[in-house]
Amino acid sequence: MDAMTGPAPKPAASATETPAETVTSAPEAAKPTATAPTATAPEPAKPAAAGPPVIAINNLSLTFQTRDGPVEALSNINLSVNRGEFVSLIGPSGCGKTTLLRLIADLQKPTVGGMTVNGVTPEEARLKRAYGYVFQAAALYPWRTIARNVALPLEVMGLPRAERDKRVADNLALVNLTGFERKYPWQLSGGMQQRVSIARALAVEPELLLMDEPFGALDEIVRDHLNEQLLRLWAKTNKTVIFVTHSIPEAAFLSTRIVVMSPRPGKVSDVITSDLPRERTLDIRETAAFLRIAHRVREGLRAGHSYDD
Amino acid sequence: MATPINLPPRGEVEIGERRRSRFREGGTTAGKHAPLPKSALADFDLPSRGRLAAPCPDGIAPMTAVAATMSHAPRRAGIVARFLRSRFVAVTVIVAAILVIWYIAAALLNAPWQRHTFANANVTPTTVEFIEATWSQDRPVLPAPHQVGEELYKSVFLLAPTSKRSLVYHGWVTLSSTLLGFVLGTILGICLATAIVHVPSLDKSLMPWVVASQTIPILAIAPMVIVVLASIGLTGLLPKAIISTYLSFFPVTVGMVKGLRSPDPIDLDLMRTFSATPAQTFWKLRWPSSVPFLFVSMRVAIAASLVGAIVGELPTGAVAGLGARLLTGSYYGQTVQIWSALVMAAVLAAVLVGIVGVANRIVLRLMGMRPA
Repeated sequence: MDAMTGPAPKPAASATETPAETVTSAPEAAKPTATAPTATAPEPAKPAAAGPPVIAINNLSLTFQTRDGPVEALSNINLSVNRGEFVSLIGPSGCGKTTLLRLIADLQKPTVGGMTVNGVTPEEARLKRAYGYVFQAAALYPWRTIARNVALPLEVMGLPRAERDKRVADNLALVNLTGFERKYPWQLSGGMQQRVSIARALAVEPELLLMDEPFGALDEIVRDHLNEQLLRLWAKTNKTVIFVTHSIPEAAFLSTRIVVMSPRPGKVSDVITSDLPRERTLDIRETAAFLRIAHRVREGLRAGHSYDD
Repeated sequence: MATPINLPPRGEVEIGERRRSRFREGGTTAGKHAPLPKSALADFDLPSRGRLAAPCPDGIAPMTAVAATMSHAPRRAGIVARFLRSRFVAVTVIVAAILVIWYIAAALLNAPWQRHTFANANVTPTTVEFIEATWSQDRPVLPAPHQVGEELYKSVFLLAPTSKRSLVYHGWVTLSSTLLGFVLGTILGICLATAIVHVPSLDKSLMPWVVASQTIPILAIAPMVIVVLASIGLTGLLPKAIISTYLSFFPVTVGMVKGLRSPDPIDLDLMRTFSATPAQTFWKLRWPSSVPFLFVSMRVAIAASLVGAIVGELPTGAVAGLGARLLTGSYYGQTVQIWSALVMAAVLAAVLVGIVGVANRIVLRLMGMRPA
C-alpha cells in the first residue's frame, strides 16, 4: 500500500492485461470494438497498464434472499481494472452498480464467483486499507472538526501525531480546504463537505479510490466544478478510480473507461473505452468525440432496457 | 487547483440542518419512544416542544411568537400584547391557578374538623374567620400553601444544617444516596446497553429481564433489598443507593441501546472501510453518537433515583432522609411536615434535572454541535 506520488508508470507498450488468473472478461472483449470508430487516434486515454490488474472480477454473482424469494442483484460480472484507470459504473437505479462497488470494498460478500483487489481477496485488501471509499453523503462525524474528520482513518490506523497532522494538512490542501481545519461539518456547504470526505479517503494514501455517486446530491454547477477538480486530483495523485454514477455526462467526462450496467439482474451490458485525452476541461463536453461517447453510453443503457420502466 | 467553491447559503443550511436535526431529534426520541414511567416523561421530556408551545398559546405561528419574546425583535406588537404572550406571564398564571385551587381545596377539606372545633367551643365564626381558621390548623388534612412555606422556611433557613429537624440535613441524606444510586445506575445502564448492542443474543435474552424488572412495584421490592443486604452486613447509604440504581438503570439502558445504535449505516460502513476494530468503532462512532441520548436518559434517571432514595428510606425505619421525614410526619399526623418534605423533594428533583440539562448543553457545545 505504498503511496503513488511519483509520475505515472510508463505505459507498457500496448499490452492489454497480463493474464492473471482466468480474466476472460467482457471488458477485454469489448475494448477493441469500443475504440474502433476512432481507431486512428493513438489511444491517448489508454491506461497505464503496467503489472497485474488492480481489480479482477471473475464470474461474480450476488443473490439477495428476500421474503418474496431470491433476487439476483448481480449476475455473472466480469471486469478487470488496471492501475491508473478511471472507470465509471453507470446504469439505472437497481442495476447493482453500488452493490458492485460495495463488493469490491468488502462491505458485502458475493454469492458466487470471486474477485481480487491488488491481487488479494477484497477482505484482505480492506484489512490492508488498500482503498479509500467516498460515499454518496459526506458522512462526516458532526462532533469532529474538519481536520479531525480527515484524521479519523489515520487515528484508526494508529499513525503518530506528527504524521497525522502532516497528512491532514496535505490532503486538505489537495481539495482546496486549507484554513477550514477547525470548522465543524455543519459550517461547510454540501460541496465542501464532500471534498472533505474525499480528502479523508485520500489521507489513507490508497492506490484505489472507490467513489459511490459522490456528487449525486449536489447541484449541477457545483458538480461540474468538482468533476474538474477530481480529474486534476486524479492526474496529480495517479490513483485508480472506480466511480459510480447515473449521469451520462459525468461518466463520459471523467472516465477512461465506462462500464454500462443494466438491471434485473444486474449485469454489464457494454464497456466503452474513452478516446478523450487524459487532460480534460469542461469544454471537452462540446466536442464530437465526447458526444460520441455519451451517445454510446445512452445506446448501451437503452439496449439494457434501462428506459423501459 | 481551482479556487474553493462557495455555495449559496441555502445549500449550506439544508445540509447542515439535516445533520443537526438527526442529532437533536435523535436525542429527544430516545425518551419519547422508550417505555418510561409516564409521569417522568410528562415532566422531563421534550423541552423543545414545551419551549415552542409556551409562547404561542393562541395559535400564533411559533416563529412570530418566539420572535415576539426576543428583546431584539421588531416592535410589531404592542408592549402589552407582547407581555401577555411572554413566558413569564404563562408561568405566573399557572402558578397562581395552582395556588387558588390549593387554597380552595384546603378550605373545603379542613372545614369538617373546623366546624367541629367551633361547635365544641360554642363559637359562631363569620365566614371569613371560618376560612382563615381552616388555613391555620395545627394538623390540617391539607395544609395551606403559606403553612408549608412557613415550615419550609423554618426547617431550611432557621435551623442549623446539622439539626435533626433541618430539611437541609434530611435533604442531604437523601441527595447523597440519590447521587450514588444515579452514578451506579448510569454506569450499569451504559454497560448493559453496550453489551446488548454488541452481543445480538443479549437483545433477546437480557432485554426482557430489564423490562420485567421495572414492572415490579418498587415499594414491594425495596424492603427485601434492605433486609437481604442487611443480612450480609450492608447497611446505611449503599442499600438505599441500590434501590435508586434499580430505578435509574432502566431509562439509561433503553436510551443508550437506542443511542449506540443511532449511527447511520453509512457511518458504520465508513469505519469498516478503515478496517476499524469494534473498540475503535465504539469509541470513535457509537459512543459520541449516543451522547445526546445519554443526557435525555439521565434526566429521567436522576428523577427516578430520587424517588428510589425516598422509597428506600421508608421501609428501613430510617432516622434520616426525606423519606424518613415523610414517615415520621405520617406517624404523628404532621401533615405540614409531610408536605414540606414533599416540596423539598420536588425542589431537589427540579434542581437535579436542571443540572443535567445544563451539563447536556455544555457537553454538546464542547462537542461542536450546532447551537440550537
